[in-house]
Amino acid sequence: MTLASTIQQLCFLVLAAVVVVGALGVVLLPNIVYSAFLLGGVFLGVAGLYLLLNASFVAAAQILVYVGAVNVLILFAIMLVNKKENLAAIPGLLLRRLLSGGVCAGLFVLLLRVAFTTHWALPGPLPVGEEATIRIGEHLFSDYLLPFELASVLLLMAMIGAIVLARRDVYSSDVITGEPVDQGLIEKTRTPLLIDPSATSAAGAQPLLETTP
Amino acid sequence: MSADPLAATEAVTIVLGTSIPLQAYLAVAALLFCTGVWGLINSRNAVRVLMSIELMLNAVNINLMAFSDYLDGQLIRGQVFAIFVITVAAAEAAVGLAILLSLYRNRETVDMERFNLLRW
Repeated sequence: MTLASTIQQLCFLVLAAVVVVGALGVVLLPNIVYSAFLLGGVFLGVAGLYLLLNASFVAAAQILVYVGAVNVLILFAIMLVNKKENLAAIPGLLLRRLLSGGVCAGLFVLLLRVAFTTHWALPGPLPVGEEATIRIGEHLFSDYLLPFELASVLLLMAMIGAIVLARRDVYSSDVITGEPVDQGLIEKTRTPLLIDPSATSAAGAQPLLETTP
Repeated sequence: MSADPLAATEAVTIVLGTSIPLQAYLAVAALLFCTGVWGLINSRNAVRVLMSIELMLNAVNINLMAFSDYLDGQLIRGQVFAIFVITVAAAEAAVGLAILLSLYRNRETVDMERFNLLRW
């Protein structure tokens, strides 16, 4: 709001370019680690767009929650499941990609048409600017109190659910198909994490070698 | 009656809003959303599917914030709603990645084409 309009436009163009190019990179790059880091760039660009829209609190929340938590969680997940696997070829993959690309382009054109043909009630009321944080706090503790409390319950449920789902419980056979699970997984769950392997191998190398298949 | 001219010009800029049209934000959000949809459909890696979902949620949030600033400047309900969307997105990412880890332990793969247990 206090910036000159040309600087504002310049900032918008740069941020929009970062967001769009970063999103394309997230979707198209073959290496998923690069995708995850580009996703962090996209989140930062979106936070910059929020700053241009006079929403400093939401921009800070975006950086804290998305860049600080969600992106780090995604990186952890990538490193936990990072196994090189050769994906089996699917017949008609290129056709599928082109068709879905066409559908998405059509959706994009439709959204643009809606955005540019609707008569928005502009100019709206004066933006509150720096008072936005105060207004958000008033909303959260008056007319949005019930959703606020429900959000806390939701976060608690998500936390418990994530812990239950991601525990290192391995059944000796697959629950659905009944096939025996890879024995290495079971051994991995029983291996204590905090023992230095070099120390154990130096102390008792012989029994360890015998049990290793 | 004798209003400060500087304050008057500032008020005019505030009334007219910023120099960026609302449609520019909507266009960026639409492009981001469509990229997310394409990635959601075409990704083989399950982690990338979750990333595409995050892209789509961010596109929706940009729309909410733009409408909140341009059309609802006094009661910024869009910003409050965007905060709730961020909360739900964080919960979704945590549960989604936990499901993914549990799937990976059972199936030894993250290929979306091989998660077909529920196929008829």
